[in-house]
Amino acid sequence: MKNIDSAGHVTGRSIYLDDIPVQQGTLYALPYDAPSAHAHIKKLDLTKAAAVPGVVRILTYTDIPGENQIGGIIPDEPLFAEHEIHFWGMPVALIIATSEDAAVQARKLITIELEELPVITDPREARAKGELIIPPRSFKLGDTANAWANCAHVFEGRADTNGQEHLYIETQGAYAYPAEHDSIRIASSTQGPTAVQRTIARVLGIPMHRVEVDVTRLGGGFGGKEDQASAWAALVALAAYVLKKPVKLAMHRMDDMRMTGKRHPYSSDYKIGFDKDLKIVAYEATFHQNAGAAADLSPAVMERTLFHATNSYAIPNVNVTAYCCRTHLPPNTAFRGFGGPQGMFVIESAIAHAADQLGVNASELQRRNLMVEGSEFSYGQIADHVNAQACWDLTDRKFDLDKLQADVDAFNTTNEMHKKGMAIMPICFGISFTNTPMNHARALVHVYQDGSVGVSTGGVEMGQGLNTKMVQVAAAVFSIDPSRVKIESTNTTRVANTSPSAASATADLNGKALENGCNAILERLKEKASRMLKSSPEAITIVNEAVLNNGQPTDLDWKKLIHAAHWDRVNLSESGHYATPNIHFDKTKEKGHPFAYHVYGTAAVMVTLDCIRGTYAIDAVKLVHDFGKRMNDAVDFGQIEGGLVQGLGWMTMEEIVYNDKGKLLSNALSTYKVPDIHSVPKEITIEALPTDGHPLAIRRSKAVGEPPLMYGIGVYFAIQNAIKAFRPDARMVFDAPYTPEKVLMSLYG
Amino acid sequence: MIRFILNDTLVESDATAGTVLLDVIRYQQQLKGTKIGCREGDCGACTVLVGELNQDRVEYKSMTSCLLAMATVHGKHIATVEGLNMDKLSPVQQAMVDASGTQCGFCTPGFVVSLSGCCLSREKVTEDLAVRAIDGNICRCTGYKSIERAASDVAQQLAQKDTTDPIGWSVKNGFLPAHFIGIQERLRSITKQEMANDPTAVTVAGGTDLYVQKHDSMHHNPVRSVANDTALKGTRFEHGECIIGGACTAADLLNSAELNTHFPKLEQHLLLVSSTPIRNMGTIAGNFVNASPIGDLTAMFIALDSTIILRNTEGGTRELKLKDLYKGYKQLDKSADEIVTTIRFPLPNTGTHFHFEKVSKRTYLDIASVNTAIRLEMDGDTIREAHMSAGGVAPIPKYLANTSAFLTGKPANKDTVRAALKVMNGEIAPISDARGTADYKRLLLRQLFFTHFMELFPERFTLNELVQ
Repeated sequence: MKNIDSAGHVTGRSIYLDDIPVQQGTLYALPYDAPSAHAHIKKLDLTKAAAVPGVVRILTYTDIPGENQIGGIIPDEPLFAEHEIHFWGMPVALIIATSEDAAVQARKLITIELEELPVITDPREARAKGELIIPPRSFKLGDTANAWANCAHVFEGRADTNGQEHLYIETQGAYAYPAEHDSIRIASSTQGPTAVQRTIARVLGIPMHRVEVDVTRLGGGFGGKEDQASAWAALVALAAYVLKKPVKLAMHRMDDMRMTGKRHPYSSDYKIGFDKDLKIVAYEATFHQNAGAAADLSPAVMERTLFHATNSYAIPNVNVTAYCCRTHLPPNTAFRGFGGPQGMFVIESAIAHAADQLGVNASELQRRNLMVEGSEFSYGQIADHVNAQACWDLTDRKFDLDKLQADVDAFNTTNEMHKKGMAIMPICFGISFTNTPMNHARALVHVYQDGSVGVSTGGVEMGQGLNTKMVQVAAAVFSIDPSRVKIESTNTTRVANTSPSAASATADLNGKALENGCNAILERLKEKASRMLKSSPEAITIVNEAVLNNGQPTDLDWKKLIHAAHWDRVNLSESGHYATPNIHFDKTKEKGHPFAYHVYGTAAVMVTLDCIRGTYAIDAVKLVHDFGKRMNDAVDFGQIEGGLVQGLGWMTMEEIVYNDKGKLLSNALSTYKVPDIHSVPKEITIEALPTDGHPLAIRRSKAVGEPPLMYGIGVYFAIQNAIKAFRPDARMVFDAPYTPEKVLMSLYG
Repeated sequence: MIRFILNDTLVESDATAGTVLLDVIRYQQQLKGTKIGCREGDCGACTVLVGELNQDRVEYKSMTSCLLAMATVHGKHIATVEGLNMDKLSPVQQAMVDASGTQCGFCTPGFVVSLSGCCLSREKVTEDLAVRAIDGNICRCTGYKSIERAASDVAQQLAQKDTTDPIGWSVKNGFLPAHFIGIQERLRSITKQEMANDPTAVTVAGGTDLYVQKHDSMHHNPVRSVANDTALKGTRFEHGECIIGGACTAADLLNSAELNTHFPKLEQHLLLVSSTPIRNMGTIAGNFVNASPIGDLTAMFIALDSTIILRNTEGGTRELKLKDLYKGYKQLDKSADEIVTTIRFPLPNTGTHFHFEKVSKRTYLDIASVNTAIRLEMDGDTIREAHMSAGGVAPIPKYLANTSAFLTGKPANKDTVRAALKVMNGEIAPISDARGTADYKRLLLRQLFFTHFMELFPERFTLNELVQ
């Protein structure tokens, strides 16, 4: 089944935030943000700006009726700066005008006097100065301190990864309308409708029931609109609340890039030890997470770094520690993978380092250390349904890894100017919010009296194909044609208290809630049918819209049954609820069973390096992925390709640059490059690992949003191997992204 | 009053001449299929097809409406995604659906519009050309492979296209709605707009730099568009010279059969310049006067030893070597009332060797970290004349005068090149910025300098010998 939104998308009829028809009298909001990363505000002069024709009001923190606070995990982030600025791009004021243009012209006239304060952009410096957002956390397994003595080979080093701009093509935005009873209705481009609702209620000082959040779809999110959509929604809600007028903000790209956080840069140290059989005996790592100026989701992101610090490898002795470092960058936030990729890059660096020193192929070290059934993760979960080895083996069988490597080697012996490199990237990614209480969802199902079905869930469609899967779920449970099912917008008055669409778990959680809701209605329908057919509910089934009794056709079909049930006063609506079973985690011990299941996969990556210019092309990525029992190939294969390309963008050309004053230099699409159609792998081949899937996955079809991003990490190491082919004495550098600049410096520097 | 045909409707817009088409489409005409992604021509979400009368036909090009001044739109046919919609999905739209080439969908109308341009072109559409049509469209969701498959599908379906009457064929075969027929006559009936003679008016050509830099103020300025000025268009070859109108676009160069004959690698070089929609808009003169230290066309034309003709509002003209136009960072030997009308350079002969190199973070649709061009006139093994330029290594697009002089009269061998490198290093002063550190740019220019010689004389130079 194709994405149900496809026709709307290709005709331009799909509605995004900025496409909502504008109500008469709508005002336009524009944030005025701090032109410094760390400073005291001595004087803010709004008079000239306020005098610009069309400017209605300029709001600051003094206009907030509730709390000037938007911090989700920790209340450490004011909506507006009050007396101190914590990052370049922090909102200071909000201009409200009758046109966007008036607001833009007014913004140029705001002046601010600052007393500049020292700026920290480096997480290690922040740690040294004690600037930690939460105390450090450590996951431990076995006893690394004593394990080093048993190691034949020990390697230590440093590995860094830069941030990543989400670059959802639809920028952040929200559109708020004042409603009756001192309420606010708001359309928001958010992955977290409830987060928006909660934040607005807090800022306005009103109960949540007076804030209705509605989300139709997002033009991309990737984590960037999980927590960070809330600030913009709260700003326009504040303006609408104060002025009693509709207020809209669809951000300009450069404002969005400057004011919002990104994937966290990490600077990490590792130590890895192998026995003489090249089994990993011990692994230690220290992660310095550059959280930016406020907590945002950083503590949770940091936690996932620890969860995935050992990637797909079984390691008996592990000690990994992470520091959530406060700097003066915009608060960094969720981004597909959520700290997992940063953790995996470090252990892959450690392995590449070891392989280089030992003179073996890194893939040999990877293969020998893959997890097996019953392996214990550092956080105490015992791995089950493990597919690490199965994915690797199938990759080898399908693609012949030795042959691929031999082809690369052969090319390199006959070419001087170009060198090829190959790397393997196994992945293992845990599915569930690591914060156990977030793993539940609800879905509201209405069967209308004509047999059509309306479904609301707490999940947000942002291109991941959620709504398509929800149609499939409802159609499958009822055994009706998918065209009978319509997915409604995500609305906090229909489905309340939702977790954000994140953690790859949206389809699992909302889909299972939807299954429960549909099943409850189905049971009532079967009961009704059994009365009509003088049978028992257990004997009734619905198959392709036909009502069967003991497997035999009857006169009843879906439409007739619905009609009859309605007139018999059967409840045709249901709110289904689902909470992931069996998961738990004790943060005091850092042990538990936080994940419903894990997703596995193995990718082989081949690149060609231009050794004169320092540029490279990705020849092929051939991978085997653990989809479980697939419910939608079109959606799931699309997630693999898209995730992979986003991951390799992070590893290659996407380079966030702040200067030492904390000002973003890569502040537009002209200076921040994401993959274009020419820079993606010439070939991407995806093989599905045939399995029965996992019972905790929706219809046994595993979560697929985040895991494939981490295949992109393989590109870094493939480039590195190509560099080594040109210059065997090149220093091993673990500092992603591997831009053409870094490549050229490695080749000749 | 600016008049143009928007899809099937004649629009008379009172938007200022400096307003961009995107805002008129979305907020005046309420057509919301054209999306805003970046407002600087770097994402393609706002791509439209622009049809222009050219003698007996309407020629269509894709352009990013975020950079397109209304002054330029007068008398054109603008096709947005709404103007491509029919009762059922067009084959282009269907191909995107079938290939699952859409996820969040926000970039999708831009892709559909760009790809639909293939129906209107008088070229035979190959898979490569179909991909080239969408080289200015950024998608953050799909990873492009599905879109590639859609493009390939479209190319195959268009294999039978009648290249002498692409519009008729496309309408007849259900690729385009019927209103595309008859646009030609309707455009003819729109009278040419008289240009207001406002001395304070800002001259706009392609707008691809101007609107990036002044996106939030241009609509307040009086604007004079030269993009439609036929006197500034066209390419002539006479008296051993190539003479190009200042308002010629990079696409015009790319499409010039004669230029491609003189410079066999021209296509390869020009494809490194921005993207299809931007090449369809950005002009050569605009590239020169924008004075970016890393302008690609500027680097090429400096090395070609080009002369430019400047004309002031009184009609007075003067000539200047392009290399002498640049006085300092964004400072030109050009008064505010002068425009570059013409570029001319000596045509290559048998001893001429020309090469262009560019490296950026992303190979296509990116601004160079360093670019460089070289023109060598050879007498056997001896360099009779040399002109070399480099971008990204100085505050201006740099004519490497000393290096060029040094090379002149020397044999083309590794000793000359290695000695010239020292000269070159003495006349560049790269700085560290978002496009790379100073050390990198210096190293990169060395590599590209070597590459010039390895590409031009592959039998004479090897990397190992040059690097040592």
